[in-house]
Amino acid sequence: MKKFKISAFLLIVMLSISILSGCSQNNEKVLNVYNWGDYIDESVLKGFEDEYGIKVNYDTYATNEDMYIKIKSGGSSYDVIFPSDYMIERMIKENLLQKIDLNNIPNYELIDEQFKNLDYDPNNEYSVPYMWGTVGILYNKTMVDEPVDSWDILWDEKYSGQILMLDSQRDSIGVALKKLGFSLNTRDVNELEQAKQALIEQKPLVLAYVGDEVKDKMIGEEAALAVVWSGDAVACKRENPNLEYVIPKEGSNLWFDAMAIPASAQNKEAAEMFINYLCDTGIAYKNTDYIGYSTPHTKAKEMLDEELLNDIAAYPQPEDISNCEIFYDLGEFITEYDRVWTEIMAQ
Amino acid sequence: MKKRWISYPYLLWMIIFIIVPLILVLCFSIFISTDNGLQFSLNNYKRFMEPLYLKVLWRSVVLAGISTIICLILGYPVAMILASKQMSKKSFLLFLCILPMWMNFLLRTYAWMTLLEKNGFINKILSFFGIGPFQLLYNNAAVILGMVYNFIPFMILPIYSVMKKIDPSVIEAAEDLGANQITVFKKIIFPLSLPGVFSGISMVFMPAVTTFVIPRLLGGGQFMLIGNLIERQFLLSGDWNFGSAVSIVMMIIILISMAIISKYDKEHEGGQLW
Repeated sequence: MKKFKISAFLLIVMLSISILSGCSQNNEKVLNVYNWGDYIDESVLKGFEDEYGIKVNYDTYATNEDMYIKIKSGGSSYDVIFPSDYMIERMIKENLLQKIDLNNIPNYELIDEQFKNLDYDPNNEYSVPYMWGTVGILYNKTMVDEPVDSWDILWDEKYSGQILMLDSQRDSIGVALKKLGFSLNTRDVNELEQAKQALIEQKPLVLAYVGDEVKDKMIGEEAALAVVWSGDAVACKRENPNLEYVIPKEGSNLWFDAMAIPASAQNKEAAEMFINYLCDTGIAYKNTDYIGYSTPHTKAKEMLDEELLNDIAAYPQPEDISNCEIFYDLGEFITEYDRVWTEIMAQ
Repeated sequence: MKKRWISYPYLLWMIIFIIVPLILVLCFSIFISTDNGLQFSLNNYKRFMEPLYLKVLWRSVVLAGISTIICLILGYPVAMILASKQMSKKSFLLFLCILPMWMNFLLRTYAWMTLLEKNGFINKILSFFGIGPFQLLYNNAAVILGMVYNFIPFMILPIYSVMKKIDPSVIEAAEDLGANQITVFKKIIFPLSLPGVFSGISMVFMPAVTTFVIPRLLGGGQFMLIGNLIERQFLLSGDWNFGSAVSIVMMIIILISMAIISKYDKEHEGGQLW
């Protein structure tokens, strides 16, 4: 009898919990946002919650690959993600994204035409541009005397223990490929092996392979040279005027991050509202100002300082990026990049 | 045995969250998906036998081994002091040993990063005396420091709990029979504390050999350990099969070392794990 009572009690507890949690789900709309770390002015999230009465769950990732694996393996239901060019291409191919109804995003017209219909999403059905930029070398002028204009300086033994590389396989392998004069999108195993050898050679000189910490390290003058994304360079230069950014002459990576809605999204309507909200001029300006990356938003760009507009890190001129390439999805060949990167890191 | 049903929820929990995932990991490691469906294959294990990955395994075992030895050398005297009966304010000291564990593991490791930096606290103090700066972060020593710092309570506590239970009359008897302090330690205290030492070793070695956060943060990602290799397979490459195979190899190694330890630790006194 006692046993029966206990089970009955447990049953009641479980039922009431499930009913209560059911309630809260019905009453409160939730939007799950999955973004790069440190890639939004977080007060914007609060602003969206207040304006639309939708609760925002905000998670972050460090690399495209992190995000991809999490979406691909299922189990998570994000409504808005911020993949880069090649990852958008791959996710479209694998049916991981759903089409965005641009009619629900009136602010889309404020996005500069040159960022629309790019190769990774030719008809702009799946993505709305968020930020763009380059990859380059951020260096400390007090610690590096010579002019920096080539990737070769990252292999210079003079700077042993003062070099920070990105813990991101396509970016770091890309640096080696460009240094050797190959394409960032090579599908030639031989070229890839040469890049691998170069990175293994470089490894003793490297202080650390980092992610977002690179900003703190460079601002705190922990290292002399670092491979960074351009927006991080802008943010660092603001904090430490000794820092300078350069796009090496061999060329580099030109990239675009866009907002997209995964096929598994639960709340497409709110996702589109959120994307539209981020394309609002005031909000886009706020984000651009906060994170330092280059905005594809025409009106937000007009609001920026003259100084920033002339900064090669933020808004490079066409001749600065003439050698730059955009990453393409490599399909199955990406497993070769995985293998090479694992082998470099395991050395 | 009347209350046996009490254990059922726990049993269910174990099946869902321990047994089933383990079987899944095993399946992932020995099956590969081909066009004709799943196929049995040991290729993932074969791949792990490449010198490159064996080097990673060796590096993990060496670093974890060094950390464990340092933990033992530092932790044993602390446990002895804590257990000695003359010790007043014993509970306060014990409290100090456990206190850091109340704080989040990641936060504590991040704190070490700022301490060890080139412009960090330790180098600032050293430069005040005109030495340095030294590169303290991003090397093997930093990784070992992180491991020792984070895992040393797991060494102190089991040794302490075993020593506390040593009957003082045994020691008195030895002293009455004319043994000096060193002989008492060698012949009585140390042998009796061995069960605690063994479980301390396994409780430090196991988390140390599989950690991936410490080498990432304090080693700067340069010193790939087995934990990083597994993490990378699951989170970055998406090669769950290879990741599972490495995990299984790791589990086998841990099981073997546990078996060796439990062979020596027959009395099961040291806060047993098994």
